[in-house]
Amino acid sequence: MIPPSFDYAAPTTVDEAVGVLAEAGEDAKVIAGGQSLIPLLRMRFAAPSTLVDLGGIASLREVRDDGDALVIGAMVTHAAVLRDPLVNEHLPLLVSATETVADRQVRHRGTFAGSLAHADPAGDLPAVALVLGASMEIAGPGGRRVVPASEFFVDYLTSAVAADEVLVSVRVPKQGAWVGSYQKFNRVAQGWALVGVAAMVRRENGSIAEARVGLTNMASTPLRATATEQALAGADSREAIGAAAARVAEGTNPSDDLLGSADYRRHLAGVLTKRAVAGLV
Amino acid sequence: MTTTEIGSPRRRKEDARLITGRTTWTENVTLPGMLHLAILRSPLAHARITSIDVSPALETKGVVAAFSGRDVADVQGSLPCAWPVTEDMVHPDRPPIAVDEVRFMGEAVAVVAARSRAAALDAIAAIEVDYEPLPAVLDMEQAIAEGADLVHAGKGTNKGYTWVFDSAEAGTGGDAGAAIDDAEVVIRRRYVQQRLIPAFMEPRSVVVDPTGDVYTMWSATQIPHILRFLLAVVTGTPEHKVRVIAPDVGGGFGGKLQVTPEELIAFVAAKRLGKPVKYTESRSESLVSAHHGRDVIQDIELAARRDGTVTGLRVKLLANMGAYMGLVGPGVPILGAFMYNAIYKFPAYRFECSGVFTNTTITDAYRGAGRPEATYAIERIMDELAVELGLDPLEVRSRNWINADEFPFTTVCGLAYDSGDYAKATDRAKELFGYDELRQEQQARRDSGDSVQLGIGISTYTEMCGLAPSRVLGALRYGAGGWETASVRMLPTGRVEVVTGTSPHGQGHETAWSQIVADQLGVAFDDVEVLHGDTRTSYKGLDTYGSRSLAVGGIALYNACQKVIENAKPIAAHMLECDPADLEFTGGQFRVRGNPDGGKSLADCALAVFAAHDLPDGIEPTLDADAVYDPVNFSFPHGTHLCATEVDTETGSVTIRKYVAVDDIGRVINPLIVDGQVHGGIAQGIAQALFEEAVYDADGNLMTGTFVDYTLPTAADLPAFVTDRTESPAPDHPLGTKGVGEAGTIASTPAVVNAIVDALRPMGVNDIAMPCTPERVWRAVQGGAA
Amino acid sequence: MTRVSIKVDGVDYEDDVEPRTLLVHHLRESLGKVGTVVGCDTSNCGACTVLMSDADGHQQGVKSCAVLAVQAADREITTIEGLSGPDNTLHPVQRAFHEAHGLQCGFCTPGMIMAAVDLLRENSDPSEQEIREGLEGNLCRCTGYQNIVRAVRAASEEIRHGRAEAEPAPPSQLAGEDQTPDSGLPRQSVPDETIPQPVP
Repeated sequence: MIPPSFDYAAPTTVDEAVGVLAEAGEDAKVIAGGQSLIPLLRMRFAAPSTLVDLGGIASLREVRDDGDALVIGAMVTHAAVLRDPLVNEHLPLLVSATETVADRQVRHRGTFAGSLAHADPAGDLPAVALVLGASMEIAGPGGRRVVPASEFFVDYLTSAVAADEVLVSVRVPKQGAWVGSYQKFNRVAQGWALVGVAAMVRRENGSIAEARVGLTNMASTPLRATATEQALAGADSREAIGAAAARVAEGTNPSDDLLGSADYRRHLAGVLTKRAVAGLV
Repeated sequence: MTTTEIGSPRRRKEDARLITGRTTWTENVTLPGMLHLAILRSPLAHARITSIDVSPALETKGVVAAFSGRDVADVQGSLPCAWPVTEDMVHPDRPPIAVDEVRFMGEAVAVVAARSRAAALDAIAAIEVDYEPLPAVLDMEQAIAEGADLVHAGKGTNKGYTWVFDSAEAGTGGDAGAAIDDAEVVIRRRYVQQRLIPAFMEPRSVVVDPTGDVYTMWSATQIPHILRFLLAVVTGTPEHKVRVIAPDVGGGFGGKLQVTPEELIAFVAAKRLGKPVKYTESRSESLVSAHHGRDVIQDIELAARRDGTVTGLRVKLLANMGAYMGLVGPGVPILGAFMYNAIYKFPAYRFECSGVFTNTTITDAYRGAGRPEATYAIERIMDELAVELGLDPLEVRSRNWINADEFPFTTVCGLAYDSGDYAKATDRAKELFGYDELRQEQQARRDSGDSVQLGIGISTYTEMCGLAPSRVLGALRYGAGGWETASVRMLPTGRVEVVTGTSPHGQGHETAWSQIVADQLGVAFDDVEVLHGDTRTSYKGLDTYGSRSLAVGGIALYNACQKVIENAKPIAAHMLECDPADLEFTGGQFRVRGNPDGGKSLADCALAVFAAHDLPDGIEPTLDADAVYDPVNFSFPHGTHLCATEVDTETGSVTIRKYVAVDDIGRVINPLIVDGQVHGGIAQGIAQALFEEAVYDADGNLMTGTFVDYTLPTAADLPAFVTDRTESPAPDHPLGTKGVGEAGTIASTPAVVNAIVDALRPMGVNDIAMPCTPERVWRAVQGGAA
Repeated sequence: MTRVSIKVDGVDYEDDVEPRTLLVHHLRESLGKVGTVVGCDTSNCGACTVLMSDADGHQQGVKSCAVLAVQAADREITTIEGLSGPDNTLHPVQRAFHEAHGLQCGFCTPGMIMAAVDLLRENSDPSEQEIREGLEGNLCRCTGYQNIVRAVRAASEEIRHGRAEAEPAPPSQLAGEDQTPDSGLPRQSVPDETIPQPVP
């Protein structure tokens, strides 16, 4: 299949991109790596009037050390994340989760920020961004604003980035004393996550002091399993972890679809949470 | 015969063009003035077309023509079915472009021809169609119930045919019903062969050039010869005015054993427009409109004595035909009918199959075609019998199988199994597998209550391939014979051109055929060129499917080579000034018997007939020879496949830990190619067991319409396979070869499912529906049954 | 229409393209690079894999059906047709696919070879599991992947032992002896023990 016709703009600065978007109207669409968008265009599930390509904006390809956080530009690809020394040093959870994203070729083109902006609840990285406490810098006609990950994922395929805005970068706090694990369950290597669990814990004196658990594909947006997180605080045994993991589906609303039933997803989330956390203590 | 080439792992000739990207796929063919076609397809499973207006498409930039089914109703003909399995089979018309009614999602409703593919795609979106939805018939049992909605209202029934084989009626065995009534043990099971999609990697593509003296069609097809014949018949075009070319074809697996609506649409469009046209499907079009496979409900009853001896078998099938009858679709379950008794000496058998219409894509041949279904059912139920009797599943099998000294063996179906040694293949498989050690580990995991359980699955299969003796095909009401042809042409320089009627699409015939010729004629492997797939050079043939090419076409080639040698003999004798009866032909040289010096090669003879200056009187100046071989029997490969699976009882996830295949396919021409066929076959069989299923929703929408949802396994999803062979040569022909194209697929599916069920037996599980997804396995663990 | 310059297999091309044109269609239909094929519309099959330079000039495997031609502007691309070197010797991965029977119908092969080349440029000594995972973006329906994995492993050994270069050599525009109909391929001998033998 071939995409429908559209106009194309390749701005070289963020401001220029915002200007082009304002001019092109609400049917314009931003393209970064295009690994989600181009297949949608080919199937003619999307028909933008104009594509605004961020590929020509050199500044967006940077990973920058910002003290207690790394700032990852909108055009930093998954492959760049995987080989970046700063990310490897400070965000090992992001590295291990990124390794599970799609395949080598897609990781060469697809971007970290793009997969967040796409806001697919089955995507692996939104849940990871949630538990890492990332925040997104967004540029629009009214200037720049910062949205925390907890407010960024609005609904199925809908993020806080408005039609006239550009996601510029993602600020991700360094993990520091936190260790993390991403457990992805899919039927075949190419399959989307049936369920994914991103878990982080901070240990103190042999038990879990604090925990964060993010869930992939357990609702129309990625979400945190707060009941499990609270129950994990102070957990010091397999039994305690198992009991906390058993509560992971509270407050979720997984879909019933071709890949699996809601019941099965809830069950899997518990097993994956138990395995993720048990591997961290 | 000389055997320096036969049995040697020759690297393939075909590879040179394929690994450098310089081959010709149909989609690569570009002709001056060529137009591109796009097809508008039905979004509904069943609807009346109340109005259709193609004129908005004509107003789109770059569009040359647009037409609906009604516009071409008088010329488009109806798609053929070559296998009316019963005299009264219902065979509804199937216009390539639907005229009044659409009967499955994806059926063509209109066509646009434009100067570019993009323009054609843009234009089909502008066509206006009004549909009046009709009830979609999807479930086979509901479809044949009283008062069911009908796929073809005019036909009065959704049942296309009922075909019966009964060994008592045929005089080939006893009464299965009586055997079941009198049995000490009866096992009854229902198995479901889910619908699969062949999913060849090269999307189907067709180019038609109407501008020369003949219509030339390039098509990504397995069957250029059958296609040419049926194109002529269906469209009323004189056969000699139709040329079909199958260039390199990117896989088929039965999926390109079809005369397709798209081929006819392109033909009609080219004829009408007087311009070359090209149509290449997208993958999503392919998944919804190219024929599907399997989709059979099997009710099976096995009667046995307490000692494990099977006394009878009764099988009742519902086979989903889809919305129409495919080219050989109705016959696919019938090919399986003769395989339910498998390798066993069952004395009584009854088989009944009904073909059922539903509002779905048609089904037709998919790798194995009927035989994987049969093998699955029997190999699954033999395990159930073993459990019922408390015996090892291998023990139950060996108590019933045909022993090596009993060949040839006439089965309860009346087939004469040619050769084999089931015990030898099984022993070798057990050895490679480490059967006893794995059984011990299984017990240890059961004892410790490990969350990951181990299961061992067995499949001792046979199959019938080398399709087929023409007389048998005639008796089964198949529309063609089963012979194959070969021509050998000796060029003046001693090089050889071989023309084959087979139509390879990945099987490596150019290499294997060269090996056969090199051995027979004593010429160099590299001096043989194999021509195929163009009805102008290869005007006669029955193409490639059913593991027939080597088992039938290979023999034709062997025979043609013998004729060449016979043709050359008087010429060599003339040059050597001796009596032809005194000559022997070895290593490519004619020599006077007893005299190792001073021979004449075939090349010498070829040059002599080219010049023709000095030939014996009355000799026709040629060495070339044709041969047509009609097999006297099928060939019956067999083997034992063993699979060990680890089943994560917490998630339901299944991992194949070890897979051993010991196959007996008779004599091997090229072990490298054979291993490749086995690997690929096993992978497809595993994919049926674990990964693939075409799913329709309640309205008849195909839910698995892209590779995102129709999940093919990647390298990361499959294990390495251990393969080995035993060798029981086919006794009916001089090469001793059997077929290997489908063996892996036939054998592997039950091996995998038996292994999963075996792992979970202690939890009360005795079946899991395919594909055994993690969720289904997990539910089985939860409930003890799925 | 947008004007784009793309270097493909060593040749600079400048063309006007519709922005919606996929890179693979540009390669096939404008530049005649029909060695690269299309197998799906959801970027699952990987048959269209080529090497494309990133913004920093590093060549890496991409699916050319999931890249717009306009996005490839000013980049350098290597297709299956540009893999063999100036003397037209085959790339070690091509040779290994031939030797190990890593292809049957050959339709996935251009993409599979390019994906393998990409993998080996990053990891010259991959384990079997790393090869399998490294090729998870490519579908093959014929081989069951076994001989593909074997081929990639064999190519990695060639490269590591210095008998061959992982980097595609600068391509030649001349067919050379290895790429003509009368050449076939160098048929090096392979030890018989790699081929399973029938049980006597």
